[in-house]
Amino acid sequence: MGAEVIRVEDPVKEGSWDALRGMPPFVDDRRGRDLGGAFNNHNVEKLGVTLNLRTDRGKELLRELVAVSDVVTENFSADVLARLGFSYEELRAIKDDIIYVSNSGFGHAGPYRKFKTWGPIVQACCGLAFSTGIAGQPPAGIGFSYMDHHGASFMAIAILAALIHRDRTGEGQWIDISCTDAGALLTGPAILDYTVNDRPLRRPHSPDSNRSPSPQMAPHGIYPSAGEDNWIAIACRNDRDWRHMAALIGPDSAADERWTNLAGRVAAQDDLDRLIAEWTRSQGRDELAADLRRVGVPATAVQRPAERMDDDAGTLDWELWPTVTHREMGKVRVDGIPIHLSKTDWIIERGAPCLGEHNNDVFGGLLGHSNEELREMREAGVL
Amino acid sequence: MNAAAERLGPLAGVRVTELASEHGAFAGKIFADLGADVVVVEPPGGHGSRLFEPFLDDIGGPERSLWWWHYNTGKLGVTIDLDDEYDVDRFRTLVASSDIVLEGEPPGRLAAYGLDYGDLAPKDEHLVWVSITPFGRANPRAQEPVTDLTILAAAGPAWSCGYDDHSLPPVRPGGNQGYHTASLWAVMGALVALWARRRLGTGQFVDVSMHAASNVTTEAATYEWLVAHATVERQTFRHAAIRPTPPRLIRAFDGGYVIGALPRHASEFTALIDWMVELSLADAFDEFFFLEMAVERGGIVVSGIEIDPEAAAIGLAGNDALRFLAEHLPAKDFFLGAQRRGLPVGIVYAPEDVIEDEHFVARGFPVHIYHEDLDRWLIYPGAPFHASASPWRVRGRAPHIGEHNGAAFDTTGSRENPVATASGLNGEGRERWKSSNPV
Repeated sequence: MGAEVIRVEDPVKEGSWDALRGMPPFVDDRRGRDLGGAFNNHNVEKLGVTLNLRTDRGKELLRELVAVSDVVTENFSADVLARLGFSYEELRAIKDDIIYVSNSGFGHAGPYRKFKTWGPIVQACCGLAFSTGIAGQPPAGIGFSYMDHHGASFMAIAILAALIHRDRTGEGQWIDISCTDAGALLTGPAILDYTVNDRPLRRPHSPDSNRSPSPQMAPHGIYPSAGEDNWIAIACRNDRDWRHMAALIGPDSAADERWTNLAGRVAAQDDLDRLIAEWTRSQGRDELAADLRRVGVPATAVQRPAERMDDDAGTLDWELWPTVTHREMGKVRVDGIPIHLSKTDWIIERGAPCLGEHNNDVFGGLLGHSNEELREMREAGVL
Repeated sequence: MNAAAERLGPLAGVRVTELASEHGAFAGKIFADLGADVVVVEPPGGHGSRLFEPFLDDIGGPERSLWWWHYNTGKLGVTIDLDDEYDVDRFRTLVASSDIVLEGEPPGRLAAYGLDYGDLAPKDEHLVWVSITPFGRANPRAQEPVTDLTILAAAGPAWSCGYDDHSLPPVRPGGNQGYHTASLWAVMGALVALWARRRLGTGQFVDVSMHAASNVTTEAATYEWLVAHATVERQTFRHAAIRPTPPRLIRAFDGGYVIGALPRHASEFTALIDWMVELSLADAFDEFFFLEMAVERGGIVVSGIEIDPEAAAIGLAGNDALRFLAEHLPAKDFFLGAQRRGLPVGIVYAPEDVIEDEHFVARGFPVHIYHEDLDRWLIYPGAPFHASASPWRVRGRAPHIGEHNGAAFDTTGSRENPVATASGLNGEGRERWKSSNPV
C-alpha cells in the first residue's frame, strides 16, 4: 500500500528471531537464512536491517529510527521490549506522537500476558479451533495460522485508525493487540448464544462447521465426489435452492415430503446428507458444481492449491499472485492483496529483504551515517 | 466503565452509510466500534439477516436475532425502499453526508437503480466507496452464487482443514470466517482510502473480492504451491503440510483437549524434567533420558530435525513428554502449569470458555451492553485491541427496524473531514484499476 516498512532483525543469531527465514519451501536446492519461501511471501516490499540491541550503539540506532517513524510495531511477549529499554513511555520520549503497536498472543495485560503462543495456540485458546470440526469427531482446528493473518489485519486497522486519530488530535498512542481477543471476536454469535441463551457450543452434535446453524441452511455440506480425495461443497440457502437441486437429483429420491421446507430438512439433516452423498459420490465435482450453479445453487469443488492458483479466473483475473524479484531467490510468485483501489492501488514487486540487505540504505541514506561509521559498527557487531 | 472507555473512538466524525448485507455487516460493526457514525440501511421490514439464528430465547423474529445483534452494535438503523422515488432521494441525501459507503450488493444491482459509485461519486468526490462482492465487481465469475461455505471451499481454507482420516471431508473453518476475512479487508481498504484522501483530495472506489481475500489467508497451502509446486494435505488439529507431522491434539485427564508445541530450547526440556519430577512421574516416562540429552545438547534446532536423527528422537520425546503430562492432568491445569514453566502449549476452549476465562475477563473483553427494551444488560465480545488514546468500544445495541429513520438525517451535511489536512505519506498507486468504473 506504499508505506515504507523497515524490518529490524537481530544479527547475532543469523536472523533466527524469525524461524521462517531459513525454512521451506525453497525454490531450488540451495538452503539458508535468505532462501526461505514462507519468509519471502510474508515480507515483500519491506526494507531489512540488522541491529544488535544488546549493544548501546544498537539501541541508539533504534532510537534514531523511531525518531523518523510514524509507527513502531513489535510482536514479542509482554515486557520483552520494555526490558531492552523500548517501552511506550521510552519511545514517546523520543517522539511524542509515536504510534506503538504491540501484537502478542494474549496481550500485554491480564494474567496470561507472559504466556508464549504460536498461531495454533492462539486459535486453540480463542474458541476458533473448537468451532471447526465435524460432529462426533474431536475438534479439527484450523489447518493454518489463520490468526497470524487476522492478528495482523486488526493490527493494520488499528494503525490506520491511530494515524487518522493522530492527524486530528496530534496525539500518538499505545495499542495492545491480543490475538486471542481478536480471535474470540470472530466467534461472536456463538458467544451471544451462550451469554444470552445459556447455550454452549460444546453440546451433543455440536459444533459441525460444515453445516450452517446461523443462518440455518440445509442441505449444507461438503460431499464426496468421483476421484481420490475430491469433494464438492453445496449450500441450499432456501426452499427455492432446494427445489432446483432436487430437480437435478431426480423425482424419486428427492420427493420425500420431509424435505419440502427448511424445518423438515434441518430436522432430518443426517438422512438428507446421506441422500446427497449417494448422489454426489460417483459424479465429477466440477461438472456437478457447474450444473448446480447454473440453476442458482451455490456449489464448488473444494479446490486444491494448484486449482485456485493456476486455473481459476477468480484469482488470475484479479492478478492475485504477483511475481516479485528476490535478491537471492530470483522471481517468485507471492500472495497479493484482495482489494483493488481505483486511485492508489497496491504494487508488489520487490521480494523480502535478505538479512541486513538495506543496512546501508537505512542507516546511511535515511539516518545519514557515513560509510566509515557503518563499517565500524559492522566490525563492532552492532549491525 | 473507566475513563479511557469514555474517550472518542479514532473514527469519531467519520460517517458511514452501510447497505445491510450478510458479508459486510462485520465491516460496519468495526467502523461503529471504532467510533464512526454508521447508518445501516435496510429495506422496509428489515434486512434478511434479522432472521438468522440464534434467537433470543429461541423465539424467532426480526428484533430477536443474536446474529443481527452482534454484527450491528452501535449502528443507527434506517429503512429505505430503493423502488420508491422519495426514498431514493433520502438515500442520496444520506450518501451525500457520508465519508464512506459500504455495500455488498450483487454487481449491477445498484447501477440498475442509478445509485452506484459511478452515479453518485461525481457529485461527491470525497466519497470512499467500498464494495464487497464474491469475486470483485469486474471478475468473469462475478455473477456466481456463493455462501460462506462455498467461498471457503473454493478459496483454499477448507482444503487445509479436517482430519488425518481422509475418508472424512475437508472442514469449513467455523463461524462464517469467509465473511469476516472479506470484512477485515474492506475496513483496511476504506481506511487506506480515507488516509489517501487527505493527499489526493478525493475519495476512491475500493473493490473487495471475498474469494481473493480467503485465498490469501491460507499461509503454507499457498506458498508451498507458488514456491515449490507442492500440495499440502490436511491433518487433525495441526497445519496442513507436505509431509505428515506428529499428532498435536491431546485428550487431557478430564476429557478436555490441549495442544503442545515442539519443545526446542534447553530451558523447555529442563522445565519438562522438573515438572515430571515434581509430579513424581519421571520414572513412569520411558523417554526421560532423551529430555536430559536435550538439555546437555543445549536444545534442538527444528530445521535440523530432517538431517539429525538424534534431534529427531529428542523432538519426538519432547512431544511425548507433553502428551504424557497432559494425560495425567486436567486440561486447564496442564495449560497453566506448562505456560507458567515457559512451555508454549494451548487449551482448546469453546467460545463459552473464553468469555468466562479469568484472563479475558481481566482484559475487559466481555462487555455489558444495555438493552433498554428488554431492561437487561447482556454480555457481548468486546475489543480485539486496547488503544490508549482512541479505544475500540462497543457503543450500544443494534438498531431496531427503522429506529433512526428520523434521527439519522438530522446530522446531514455535518461531515467532518478528519484526514483532509496533514502532509502526505509516500506511496504511489498504479494506473486506475479496471473496476474503478463499475458497470
